[in-house]
Amino acid sequence: MCGIVGLFLKDKALEPKLGELLSDMLITMTDRGPDSAGIAIYGKADGKTKVTLQSAEPDQDFRQLAADLKAAGIDASVTIKSTHAVVETAADIADIRAFITASRPDVRVMGSGDSVEIYKEVGLPKDVVARFGVRAMSGTHGIGHTRMATESAVTTLGAHPFSTGADQCLVHNGSLSNHNNLRRELIREGMTFETQNDSEVAAAYLTAEMAKGKDLGEALEGALDDLDGFFTFVVGTKSGFGVVRDPIACKPAVMAETDQYVAFGSEYRALVNLPGIEDARVWEPEPATVYFWDHEKAA
Amino acid sequence: MRVFDLATTPLRELNSALHTVAPGANDTSFEVVNPRGSHSVAVGIDKPVTVEVKGSVGYYCAGMNDGGTITVHGSAGPGVAENMMSGTVVIEGDASQYAGATGRGGLLVIKGNAASRCGISMKGIDIVVHGSIGHMSAFMGQSGHLVVLGDAGDALGDSLYEAKLFVRGTVKSLGADCVQKEMKPKHLKLLAELLEKAGATDVKPEEFKRYGSARKLYNFNIDNADAY
Repeated sequence: MCGIVGLFLKDKALEPKLGELLSDMLITMTDRGPDSAGIAIYGKADGKTKVTLQSAEPDQDFRQLAADLKAAGIDASVTIKSTHAVVETAADIADIRAFITASRPDVRVMGSGDSVEIYKEVGLPKDVVARFGVRAMSGTHGIGHTRMATESAVTTLGAHPFSTGADQCLVHNGSLSNHNNLRRELIREGMTFETQNDSEVAAAYLTAEMAKGKDLGEALEGALDDLDGFFTFVVGTKSGFGVVRDPIACKPAVMAETDQYVAFGSEYRALVNLPGIEDARVWEPEPATVYFWDHEKAA
Repeated sequence: MRVFDLATTPLRELNSALHTVAPGANDTSFEVVNPRGSHSVAVGIDKPVTVEVKGSVGYYCAGMNDGGTITVHGSAGPGVAENMMSGTVVIEGDASQYAGATGRGGLLVIKGNAASRCGISMKGIDIVVHGSIGHMSAFMGQSGHLVVLGDAGDALGDSLYEAKLFVRGTVKSLGADCVQKEMKPKHLKLLAELLEKAGATDVKPEEFKRYGSARKLYNFNIDNADAY
């Protein structure tokens, strides 16, 4: 099954409430998947790069991290949140990744970019949301996922969202049938993978397509031809938010749009607490049809 | 009339009250407020009760209805009125996928649009959709009628048995073994009755086209052996 949610704000006045709104949406979807949960929040970009890290031994890995980075000549702030840490720096992302690989091989990079922060863990949405203080987070858009695992193990790394490129992330309800072959092709193109999960392949596919110059909408159009299986995807980029369903469209999806936001839920239940939902345009996204919104293009 | 507020009352209390109406009872009107997308609202009704749902519902609303009259003043999630036996279900808004699936009787009216697989495997139910329907609708429909005032999506009536389909707008594509058929006087009469029952008073039966089974998939055809 799996439950997915997304919220793309048009009204800046709602930005301080993004974490709270998205948390409630995700918790409502708990009974669609109790295995693990995750949320990606796109906060304000302040010119620094954010890298979200995860560790099974956060005390050991993160306590000295800022000092160790400084000793290596990398000026960075480190904010520890439970098993995750967000490193903010003006330094190059490649340097951070190289440092982490060399000094803390068990630490995983959940995602990186100018604005995205990604938090995911095994457990129920309410616990995951509380553990990372998601309710207090502000931002422009975000996506969330609660997982009922089918294609790979129930682990932190197998949780969604998957991020395979700067400020990009994806959540998936469904199962892909050609992910092994596609993973091999993407590895040949230079992509790297952390898991055997099918959804990570979809994320990497979109990253690779966008690296070739496509925008999110064009990459999602390509996914309809190149991905085989069941999927409803919700995808975030630095300024964009996209939704696509496979042509069979058996994985549920409901969308709502007002002057203030565009919202996505696996079910209408996820949307009922949003402000002004009574007067929102509510619809079921069409099969094999790409929907996407972009803050930069709208501006 | 009994009112159930699903913001404060568990769904099971509503459904159990609906199931325990005594035969011949005169207090048979129910109102449901704050459904907020709840699943399985008013399922398993087997008495001639009336249920007014004030808001949108989630999965499987009015499933297995046998004799009840259920109106949803909002939209419905997947599987509304699934396997209806008899009675009437009216959705004022839109319905998600497989509305009226496997229904054996009764009338399902959708005032808005229905998504994919509307009336899949229908076995006697009458479905009238004031808007449009999605792909694979009436797949393997065995009997009953599907009336669509708007358009139909891809693969309408794929592998159809004897369900009769009437579409006023365009059909994106017909499924395997589904063909357009002549609209005879008896069909116009039948359609007029269905439209009237469904409150579709501003359209004429003559505006519709009829689709049905070409009956070529009923039995195995040796000429198709290469296809398997």
